[in-house]
Amino acid sequence: MKSINKAVEMLSGGSGGAGIPGSGSLSRRSLLQTLAALGVSFALPALSTRAAALRRSERPRSLITLWMGGGMSQLETFDPHPGTPTGGEVKAISTSAPDIQISDLLPQLAEQMHSAMLIRSLHSKEGDHERGTTFVKTGYRPEQTLKYPSIGAIATHELPDPQVEIPMHVSLSADQTFTHGGYLGNEWDAFRIFEPGQGLANLDPYVTKSRQNVRLAGVDIISRRFQRGRELPAQKTLHQDTIDRAVRMMSSDQLRAFQTDDESQQLKAAYGDTRFGRGCLVARRLIEVGVRAVEVNLSGFDTHVSNHEGHITQCRILDPAIATLIRDLRERDLLESTIVLCISEFGRTPAINATSGRDHWPNWFSCMIAGGGFREGTVIGATPGDIPQAKDAAPADPVSVPELYATILASLGIDPNYEMMTPIGRPMRFADASPLEKLVRDPAILQVKKSVEHG
Amino acid sequence: MRAVVVFFAFGVVSLIVYLVAAVGQVSPGTAAPAKVAESENLDESVARVNEWFRRQWGKEQLTPASPADDLTILRRLSLAMIGTVPSMEEIRSFEADPGSDRISRWTLKYLKDPRFADYFSERLARSLVGVEQGPFIVYRRDRLTSWLSEQIQADVPWSETVTQLIASEGLWTDSPAANFITVARIDDESEFDENRLAGRTVRAFLGQRIDCAQCHDHKFDERWKQADFEGLAAFFCQARLTIGGVTDKQMNDDNQPVVYKVMTPGQDDDPGREVTPVVPFHPEWVTPGGSLRAQFASWVTHPENRRFDRAISNRVWGLMFGKPWYAPVDDLKHPEQLAEEDALDVLGTEFHKHGRKLSVLIRLIVESDVFRLDSQSNPEIDPVDEKTYARQLEHWSVYPLVRLRPEQVIGSMFQSGSVRTIDQNSHPFIRLLRLTNESDFLKEYGDLGDDELLQQVGTIPQSLMRMNGRFTQEFTKTDPAALTASSHILRYSADDAAVVENCFLACLSRRPSPEETAFFVEYLQYKPDQSGSGIGLKIAPDELPNRHQRVQDLYWSLFNSPEFSWNH
Repeated sequence: MKSINKAVEMLSGGSGGAGIPGSGSLSRRSLLQTLAALGVSFALPALSTRAAALRRSERPRSLITLWMGGGMSQLETFDPHPGTPTGGEVKAISTSAPDIQISDLLPQLAEQMHSAMLIRSLHSKEGDHERGTTFVKTGYRPEQTLKYPSIGAIATHELPDPQVEIPMHVSLSADQTFTHGGYLGNEWDAFRIFEPGQGLANLDPYVTKSRQNVRLAGVDIISRRFQRGRELPAQKTLHQDTIDRAVRMMSSDQLRAFQTDDESQQLKAAYGDTRFGRGCLVARRLIEVGVRAVEVNLSGFDTHVSNHEGHITQCRILDPAIATLIRDLRERDLLESTIVLCISEFGRTPAINATSGRDHWPNWFSCMIAGGGFREGTVIGATPGDIPQAKDAAPADPVSVPELYATILASLGIDPNYEMMTPIGRPMRFADASPLEKLVRDPAILQVKKSVEHG
Repeated sequence: MRAVVVFFAFGVVSLIVYLVAAVGQVSPGTAAPAKVAESENLDESVARVNEWFRRQWGKEQLTPASPADDLTILRRLSLAMIGTVPSMEEIRSFEADPGSDRISRWTLKYLKDPRFADYFSERLARSLVGVEQGPFIVYRRDRLTSWLSEQIQADVPWSETVTQLIASEGLWTDSPAANFITVARIDDESEFDENRLAGRTVRAFLGQRIDCAQCHDHKFDERWKQADFEGLAAFFCQARLTIGGVTDKQMNDDNQPVVYKVMTPGQDDDPGREVTPVVPFHPEWVTPGGSLRAQFASWVTHPENRRFDRAISNRVWGLMFGKPWYAPVDDLKHPEQLAEEDALDVLGTEFHKHGRKLSVLIRLIVESDVFRLDSQSNPEIDPVDEKTYARQLEHWSVYPLVRLRPEQVIGSMFQSGSVRTIDQNSHPFIRLLRLTNESDFLKEYGDLGDDELLQQVGTIPQSLMRMNGRFTQEFTKTDPAALTASSHILRYSADDAAVVENCFLACLSRRPSPEETAFFVEYLQYKPDQSGSGIGLKIAPDELPNRHQRVQDLYWSLFNSPEFSWNH
């Protein structure tokens, strides 16, 4: 009871609760004005379907990254060496691309290899998960004083599209290693979806439309008071802008791209009834409405124990999803304008350890790229089948991660060597390398035609 | 069956142990009452700081903004020192305090509050070790933050704290300062990453970024050479991880002196180049004897090392305003290159004069005119143009708008959701709830890690989370069973205007304007047959929200207003 009295005392305060100061007409008029203003801000622009209809060169390019978290073994996937000291239990199978063999754990992908290229000679110096992930997601080795943006964040930053009402940079099946905006700012971080195709968090206001309108009108009234004498600073907070965009997104038809209800059961089954499979299907749908960069995560590759069994499990998830994604994009004529990159923070050791596992191996690892004008049906780089003795053993025809990213950025139409001024006053290039012509079908696509305006 | 019972019992016991441990974590610093140097008279020092800014504004022909009202300053103070808006309880007690010096007294009050020591220790820990979990077993971040909290409560001079951080020996549990070293352990080895330690030490304690001099001479600051970096890194070369914790080994197992060697990257057969520990300037500041780390600490904290006092002044300024005086917070100009003393020199000198205590620095800043300026522009030059505003910000002639950090947003939501102050006297369950809420919220909202003084704008996911997320729903519940502030306010306020006023005080630490009161009172009293209501809405009778829901809507609007998310 005492606490109730105390509460009453606190709430009634010294002033005893003021009456309604000022009455009627003046405040009423200003309220009506507020609502008129709100009416305008609530009128959603008509949804353009044009973006979804564009194809090939008319269509802005996009990037889908399939992130194999934990360190995917190159030997059990894109670079098998059966019958050699490093081979393990894996077998190699022929693919739809002449002269390319991949692991027998990826039979469906084998049928799509004519649309994909493999790089078997990526290399890094980062053998720790966190550091390796940062390096391979950004193309820069981690350092304490500057956080670099992921390649998806750069693509989104450089290639905006006002027609798209949903976030342009999305991470599906996200975990803590999601792609960040780094020095570009946290507004370029990926929008994270933990369970793709299973509904979206925080998009439902849980109140009726009329209550939502009152709530927003309330924000507007409080904002107006706040702006008095602070017009410019308040405007610079972009607070209202962010709320408007959030509200716009909450009621956008494009949100349907996050759902898979209207896809056929057959297609859903082809992608696989897994979080990753659903993620790949949602990724395609997002790209279709114009989202610039999507990452789909599949973790579980850290196979220090029972590597082969671990990769059997992982590839059962990966294979149908990645193969169906490539096929689906191709059939919808979206593959030419979409780069699909399947990559990991590092590879796994050529030697098999005492617990039948493979450990971390940054010296070489593989990635797969499909679409976007990359040279399909080819392999770059080679690795030995025997167990290397030298600690710094290197692959043949090495490709660095920065070179790969410079090529991807250039093929997206972004100058990879553009120097961005960072918050610590150091200008940094988007990618610390030049694009590699040998990775693309037509080197002309690497000539960045339009230079993006930087304010 | 028996096994199931045993297993279940084990589960229950584990849960209890976990809860007890978690509650213990809520308030680690309850040991000794805080010893704040309140006897220190800072009037002259404050006058010097004010004088410096006044001179600056005169030179730049800027008229400073008018002083802000006391409640606004109390909100700034509470956000900076406790990480939340002031509670209704605190606001009432503050308003009942008539003295003109009440802000000064409340600063002292907060300095003695264990919430301050806990909150500030976490902020400082970020600059020391970041937020990562770090090496398994040998690194205990929680021990480091509890120890920092104790140092703050005991008002230990910053130079002593830093000496312990750089030079401590022993186990990461018994000698918590040693975690500053163990966080840099090289995987599975008994050695530490000297480069990381040197980079972090110079950034955190001297406010200079020399990390890029690790590989080459500093491109943008020719004063830092690669040799300087290597010489500093060499001071950490004798630190080793042993069964007894961190220690310094002068001789290795072959009875040879431990020396620091720099290898050429990529050349494994390189025998390495020997580098001796050497400081880049004022070698006479190094106290000989003791471990190399102790020698390095003596140089870093040397009374004449201006960088040391400037660096912490800039960081504490950053924590008090949400924005450092000079950004980036840890890349300050070389003091020798300054034509005249700057604000950091003035603050640093006064801080030094009063025993290098953090409490003194905080009081100096809060007492200064700058901290008490309004964030609204002076009406005479209003409206300001882009250029003028930039100059006002540069010279601090107006209080800056600074976005609240994630932990301040959740802290404020949690505190606004209760009329009572949530502190060490709150029920352990409430404190536990606060801790878990904060950690869940940070995961989803995004933790800025050690970049928390970087100025960032909000994101759409953050907006969505504040609008529709579970935290907003929980803290705005008004149903009769709810223990939230909004529910209390609804039950015990005298009339509708008082409901509105109390909600504003709880969330924004101010009273509503007449327009705001009119709007929300009308909504609270809205009836469906009302034609031409000020609200201008036509709500269908079957959608008509009840009174509880209407107060919930008011709370929602307050939580989502820019004023709630920005320090001003």
